[in-house]
This record gives sequence, structure tokens and C-alpha cells, in this order.
Amino acid sequence: MGAIAGIADLGGAPGPTRAELSAMLGAMPARRPAGAVYYLDRGIGLAQGLLQPAAKVAGEGRNQPDVRVVCSGEIYNRHELCRQLGATSGATLPHLLAALYRQHGTGCVHRLNGQFAFALWDRLRRRLLLARDRVGIMPLHYSLQRGRLLFASEIKALLPLFDQAPELDPVALDQLFTFWTARPPRTLFRGVQQLLPGELLVVEGGRLRRQRYWDWEFPVEPDQYAAAAPDRLADELRALLADAVRLRLPPSAAYLSGGLDSSALVALMRQLGEGPPHTFSLGFPEAGLDESRYQRRMAAAVGSVHRQRQCRPAEIAARLPEAVRHAETPFLRMAPVPMSLLSAEARQAGFAAVLTGEGADEVLGGYDIFKEAAIRRFWARQPQSTLRPQLLRRLYPYLPLQQQGLTYLRGFFGRGLEQAARPCFSHLPRWTTTAMCKQFFAAELKAALEEDAIAQLEQELPPAMTRWAPLNQAQYLEMTILLPGYLLAAQGERMLMANTITGRFPFLDHRVIEFAARLPPHLKLNVLNEKYLLKKAVSGLLPEEILERHKQPYRAPDIAAFFPGPQPDYVMDLLGTAALRRNGYFCPRKVERLLRKARAGQTLGVRDNMAFVGILTTQLWHHVFIDGWGAEERRRDRGPDRQQRIAGA
Amino acid sequence: MTIEQRLRTYILDSFLFTDDESVLDNDDSFLEKGIIDSTGIMEMVSFLEQEFGIQVDDEDMVPENLDSVSRIIAFVSRKRALV
Repeated sequence: MGAIAGIADLGGAPGPTRAELSAMLGAMPARRPAGAVYYLDRGIGLAQGLLQPAAKVAGEGRNQPDVRVVCSGEIYNRHELCRQLGATSGATLPHLLAALYRQHGTGCVHRLNGQFAFALWDRLRRRLLLARDRVGIMPLHYSLQRGRLLFASEIKALLPLFDQAPELDPVALDQLFTFWTARPPRTLFRGVQQLLPGELLVVEGGRLRRQRYWDWEFPVEPDQYAAAAPDRLADELRALLADAVRLRLPPSAAYLSGGLDSSALVALMRQLGEGPPHTFSLGFPEAGLDESRYQRRMAAAVGSVHRQRQCRPAEIAARLPEAVRHAETPFLRMAPVPMSLLSAEARQAGFAAVLTGEGADEVLGGYDIFKEAAIRRFWARQPQSTLRPQLLRRLYPYLPLQQQGLTYLRGFFGRGLEQAARPCFSHLPRWTTTAMCKQFFAAELKAALEEDAIAQLEQELPPAMTRWAPLNQAQYLEMTILLPGYLLAAQGERMLMANTITGRFPFLDHRVIEFAARLPPHLKLNVLNEKYLLKKAVSGLLPEEILERHKQPYRAPDIAAFFPGPQPDYVMDLLGTAALRRNGYFCPRKVERLLRKARAGQTLGVRDNMAFVGILTTQLWHHVFIDGWGAEERRRDRGPDRQQRIAGA
Repeated sequence: MTIEQRLRTYILDSFLFTDDESVLDNDDSFLEKGIIDSTGIMEMVSFLEQEFGIQVDDEDMVPENLDSVSRIIAFVSRKRALV
């Protein structure tokens, strides 16, 4: 189901109104194409956006039901749940959740297999329950304003009810320029929180209580690992994946990157589906980014109806502001933008949902950073070795890695080599490289930052983590930071829902996750062979060429989308000295030098690319949400009183 | 401009994005100070070749030659003496 929004009085505040709820939903049009349903009672208001016209809302027409639910997302085991609850299989999702809650209380979330964010009002106990799915696919944000709790799928739905223009949270920006995302519960907006993945927020008696009901966990004792033979585990994995795919069909439509994960899904869909799957791919004119060859190979192998969306750099640059508006956060890579073009393609082809391979690299051990960490650990055991670090050459062929270049390797990847026991060991080179982008921060912004982002993170990691295998530690960091914060959000759900497409993620079925967590690490990363068990599990389904190809991370052109240009007007407007100075986040003179460098057509390193995209999207974010706040208000024509206040501000 | 001035201007401009001379000492290690990242070396090399008309061979790309302003000055002077 579509957008959710709501208002709860925490004691003595004005009661929610239908107009307020309607303004909230109105800010999320793509999540409510088929209208809305409202519920108002003393001290509470709930709103449900609809993706499809409402069928007869079974059981909800009754007078004053004791439990009301608004919900976004999908539950994949609903037939099983209906059977257990004795409900008709046509029961709506809110109805089903209400029935489940009556039976299991807040424990109802454990019964769900799916991606969801919901709000449940228990009228008799006067208790509000907010819940978010285990891995954080569906968004849910909240903010306290004048004694009321506001909550909604998107932040932009909360803003119309703010008294003052929102502000940027410097700590969140500092996190973004370290980890590529703010860490929940933080968002880029000061005073706006999000539920953590796998978290409940219980509101009762005017008080808020956060409660984690699920987290990624790994074995701490040898006997907790799956002991079966690899062949049997591969069979089990294939069966689990097939079932995860089956639950997410129809429609038989998927994003196909040409890599192992999406190819495996499409092959499973072909086996399970009624007819040929529909596949959607991105193509780029730059050879280094384009994977067309593999996409066509796979599409041909399964006989899919294949569509490719070609993305030109100028088009990507032009669509960036829209992407930032949907993502509600700056980002350091342009990769989200083409994803919004791809979801438009799926929409145009008449689909409302697609399967994607997102999550496989985290769950089954596919990322280069896992290999990099494994090599660095191997090296750390003999730090004087000149041969061990040479393995890094396999990962980074562009590096000047002659025998003599050892000091360089030490400089880049040897960081913290003596700290192999730190749970963050795997990610220190990436984070410290990214953090160099902060040299562009304005002095005032730097002054507002007190604690180092990495040190703060380390304090919050689960204590058991030090007892996990090194690969599992690295997986955990990927799964809990980049996956929900960036991949599933800015680059995922937000770009999908921009065009009212629901993304479905079979690799993130919690049964697959929990199965994979128990696998011995060498069945994920086998020396330097990534996703070992997954390859074994799907080897009979995929062409050799796909199985054996070198893993290529999805990338879009970054600075190259803007230079040599011409650039869209907004770029120089927002990166000019006046705009930079007005917002106060970045040092105008430094940014001017970066622009000069980009204009000169010099080869630019990774860091400059991240800095450029980060600065530009932060400025865009400010333009859309901070500067645009008053304008948005005026457009909604919310009465003279308010307008005066804004004008006088 | 001397080699030193051209080099310092370039590094301040292109890697530290500033004209504040005080932030860069001629003996500062680029690696230790995080002034260049792993993809930054090629930027530096292409500058040296263009600006000073020298050729930097693969085996020249070692920190002994390239990891501080002083080292690069010495390296460029050596290279030019060979031409």
C-alpha cells in the first residue's frame, strides 16, 4: 500500500484535522495515485494513501473498530497469516495487521515477512505503534512539533506542519561525508528522525519508547555455523531464493544489471513464472560504465522481454534536482539519478512492481570491500611482507602497484593495519578517504561538529560484534549503514517510488538473511572468490559468461555528467560564491578551485568526484527544502495568519 | 616562477583547494596528511609531465620521488638534468 501519515497529540495539543492530514499526503503524490483514506479520533489522525483504488474495505466499515492501521509496503506471507487468523484471504493489509496485533500485541511484527512501515492505533489502550520492516526498505519519519508527534513515509509530508523553516543537522552532514549517508535515527533535517530498520516506536501516555525487534546477527561460537556440506547448503539456498522470488510474483518484472544477482533472479523467475519475464536495464555511452553486453546475453538466455534505458550525461545532470527532491538527502554519487529514469521506464511499460538483486552483496558476501579487508588482514599478520599487499592489485588495477609502490599501498590501504581487532577495520580506508571531502566544509560548519563520526559509530556497535568473524563484521557495517541509508533509500525505494514503482528484494527476505548469517564465512568469500555459495547455487541456471565475469559495481558519471558541459543553469547558481556563502555549509573559495579544476578538464580523482556531487546535492537539498519551504507553504495557501508569519520571518 | 612555487601553487590549488601557504610545509608527506588519495597520484603525474616537460616512468612512481614538495623538486631537477 501507499503513503502513510499521521498526527498524535502527546498531551494538551490541538487535535489533528483532516486538512492537516490531507496536506501531509498531498506532499507525496506518487504514493497516493488512487486517493486516500482518513481516520480521525480524539487526539489522533491517520491517513492512508492508496496505490490502487480501494476495494471494499472488509471489516473496516464497522463502527469504531478498536484497532486502526495505516500501512505502506507489502506483506508476502499474507495468505499464510490469513489462514492462521481465520481471516478471508481478501482481507486488506490494514485489516490483517489489526487482527495480528489483537492476537500478538507488539510482537505481531515477528510474524511478518515483507517490507513495511505502518502505524497502528489501539483505541482502547490509547496506544500508537509505529513499525518499520527488518532491513529498512520502507521509510518512516517522525518529528515532535508543538506537543504533537507527526509521522509520515516521507519527510516532505511533515514539513507543511512545521512552524519554522527546517534546518540542516550538521552532524548528519558530517556522517554523510563519512559514510555516504546519515545514520538513523538521524536525517539531514534537524529534529526529524527516522525509525531504525527493525524498530518499533510505541507512543503511550504522551511518552515515546523506541524498541528494536530485529537486528542482523552472526554466530559467536563455532557450533552456531551451518554444518551441512556445501552442496546441500547450495541446494537449500536455491530453494529459499526460489521461494522468496515466488512470493514476490506477479508481476514477472525485474531490473537486470547484467551481474550475477539480478541474473540469478531473472533465471528463477523464468522457472517459476507463467511466461517470459520483463527485464529493465540501464545503458551508458561510457564504455567503462555500460554493461549492455551482459544484459543482452542474460535477456537472451531466459527469453525475457527486454528494455534498455540509455542515459546520456546531460540528461543525468538535468534530472539531478528531481532526484534530490525525492531522496530528501544529498548524496556523493550520481548513481541515484539513472535509477529514477529506469523506474519511469518500468512505469511506462505498465508495471507497478519490479524485483531487484539489491542486498545479495551484503547478505552473501559480494563486495570488493570484503576482499580488500581480507587482504589487509592477511597483510596485517605480516606487516613487513612486500608480497602480501600485492594482492590488492587484483582489486584496483589502476593503482601504480609495482613492487616499489609498497609505500603507496601502505599509505592507502595500510591505514590502521595495526588495529585489525577494531570492528571497523574493514571500512577505515573507505571512510577516511571519503572524510577528506570535509576539507570543503565552511569554518562555521566545522565549528558545530564536536565528535568524530567514526568514533561515535564505534560506541554504538553491538557489543557481540567483537566476537564475530571478520567478514561478518564487515557485512554488518555494510548492512546497517550503506544498505538502508543509501542503497535502499536514496538509490532505491525513493527512486522507484518517484514513479510509483514498488521494488521487491528477494535477497532481503529475512529467511535468506538468517540462513546466510549462519554460513561459514568461507562459503561467502572463498579466499578471494566472492558470493561462493550463491554461484554454486545458481551455476546450472546461468550462462558461464555471467557466472565468471568480473564483478562490476554500478556507477553513473559523476563530474563527467557536468563537465565539459554545458551545465544546467542551476549548477553555477548554486555553486556560486553568493549561494555558498548564504547557506554557510561550504567554503566558497575552495569550491571555486574545485570548479576550476573540473573546467580545466584535468583527470579528477575519486575524492574530487565525491566532493563535487556532495557539495552540489547539499546545495540543491537546501534550495528545495529550506529555501523552498516558505514557497511550498504559500502555494498551499494555508491562510493569512501563516503567510504573514513567513513573510515576516 | 621557480619549480617550488609552481609546485606549491598546484598542490595548494588542486589538492588543498586554498591559497593559504601556511597549510603546506615542503616536507609534509602527502600520504600521511591524506593530501592525495589512491587516484590522486595520476593527477599529480600528469601535472608534472605537462608542466615540467619530463616523462614519469612507472618505476618513478614511488613515494621517494613524489611524496612531498621537496622530494618532487629534487625528482624534477634530476629528470631535467638528464634531458
